[in-house]
Amino acid sequence: MLRPAMETLANLFSSRPVWSVGDLTRYIRQVLESDYRLQDMWVTGEVSNVSRPSSGHLYFTLRDDNASLRCVMWRPRVAHQTHLPQDGEMLDVLGHISVYEAGGQYQLYAENLRPAGEGARFAEFLELKARLEAEGLFDPERKQPLPEWPKTIGVVTSPTGAALRDVVNVLRRRFPLVTLLLSPSKVQGDDAPAGIVNALETLNQDGRSDVLLLIRGGGSMEDLWTFNHEDVVRAIAHSIVPVVTGIGHETDVILADFAADVRAPTPSTAAEVATPDRVLLREDLAFQRSDLNQLFREHLYQLRQSLKMWSTRLKLASPLAHVANKQQRLDEFTSRARTAILHRMALSQAAITSLEKTLRAVGPNAVLARGYAVVTLAENGQLVRSITQVSSGDPLQIQVQDGTFNAETRDQLNE
Amino acid sequence: MPKKKMIEKMSYEEAFKELQSVVEKMESGELPLKDSLALFERGQALSGRCSELLEEALLRLRQLTRDESGELVEVDLELEDM
Repeated sequence: MLRPAMETLANLFSSRPVWSVGDLTRYIRQVLESDYRLQDMWVTGEVSNVSRPSSGHLYFTLRDDNASLRCVMWRPRVAHQTHLPQDGEMLDVLGHISVYEAGGQYQLYAENLRPAGEGARFAEFLELKARLEAEGLFDPERKQPLPEWPKTIGVVTSPTGAALRDVVNVLRRRFPLVTLLLSPSKVQGDDAPAGIVNALETLNQDGRSDVLLLIRGGGSMEDLWTFNHEDVVRAIAHSIVPVVTGIGHETDVILADFAADVRAPTPSTAAEVATPDRVLLREDLAFQRSDLNQLFREHLYQLRQSLKMWSTRLKLASPLAHVANKQQRLDEFTSRARTAILHRMALSQAAITSLEKTLRAVGPNAVLARGYAVVTLAENGQLVRSITQVSSGDPLQIQVQDGTFNAETRDQLNE
Repeated sequence: MPKKKMIEKMSYEEAFKELQSVVEKMESGELPLKDSLALFERGQALSGRCSELLEEALLRLRQLTRDESGELVEVDLELEDM
């Protein structure tokens, strides 16, 4: 048994309160939980002592050279993890610090896990993104339009990957008029960035491609990290030929996508974005063809209409028409002439009749009727107007109203 | 008229572009009958060429690599299981 020294005896009988273990532990818990820094933190270390009993909760220890930390993750959170920690693995763990009172242990109540170093890498990523952005590599003005009808499509990817097959399948169905030119490259691993840069340069140098597809199927963030490599991003931005990226992933943290002229979510969509659809082309073609037919019919119709009109005008302008016209005018004049003559004749006739009437009125018969006679020399028919014309014995003819009789001169009497 | 390229040798793009210009020309009207007929026939041939290319086209697969001396070499691309 220990005997307290004399000077500590005073301490033993001082008036300090005495805590129960439970009170103390609860107090310590409250102290820890009231420090906000301890309530939402990432802790990094090596995993050990992983255990997952039938309760479904997950227990493990994080340690480094100097210390260790008990960690627990409750079953509902465990269910959210795609990857469970393994002994020896380096992990970042997100959670809050509290106390397991029964065990008298403070521990980290874990909410989430990620491979260690990812945080640092993400910070690096943000720094690179900001730097390239500031350089203008992601500027919208830098984006090149894609050709409407590519003849050659350059593809940068692994020759054995599913991404290439997806692209080939889409092109066969959609736009087989194109030539696919593969410039093979690894798309993951340490030498992937250099390979991709090289493949992009090769296609640019070759010069036949109208558009480039940089594609890769989905993968973990680590697998896709190649596409965040500064050299890759720069090669995309500086490609003379427009680049479409089709890197299968869900998050939008791939710098290659920012630098690309067009970003597609998958290799298949990249192929679709880069080509017109054969079905639409067919429709367009049918449209043009029917247009052409329609136009030609219309043109023929117009020609026919115009022809009709001009033939009519031609007929009207023909010499035959002139002759007919002249004939008509001739006929017209002839008939007018005839009318005029007939009229004139009628007038003449009337004049004659009237003259005859006058004549008759002033003629000898009227005089004879009044009792006068006309005397002519029988030998020559001369009218006898003077006694000097006749001698005794000259035969005379005397005309009276109703006839003529012969007579003879007897005595010549002077007035 | 400028010398015309043989239709059988035209790419889809060339044929379709010319088909469009043929239609546009006919739309403008004012064409001599002989030209319009020739244009119409050419348009039909172009449209036929386009259909043919669309129907019969086979995707060409090529691969561009570098040989030991660093020269670019082009070969047919063979894909397994396709």
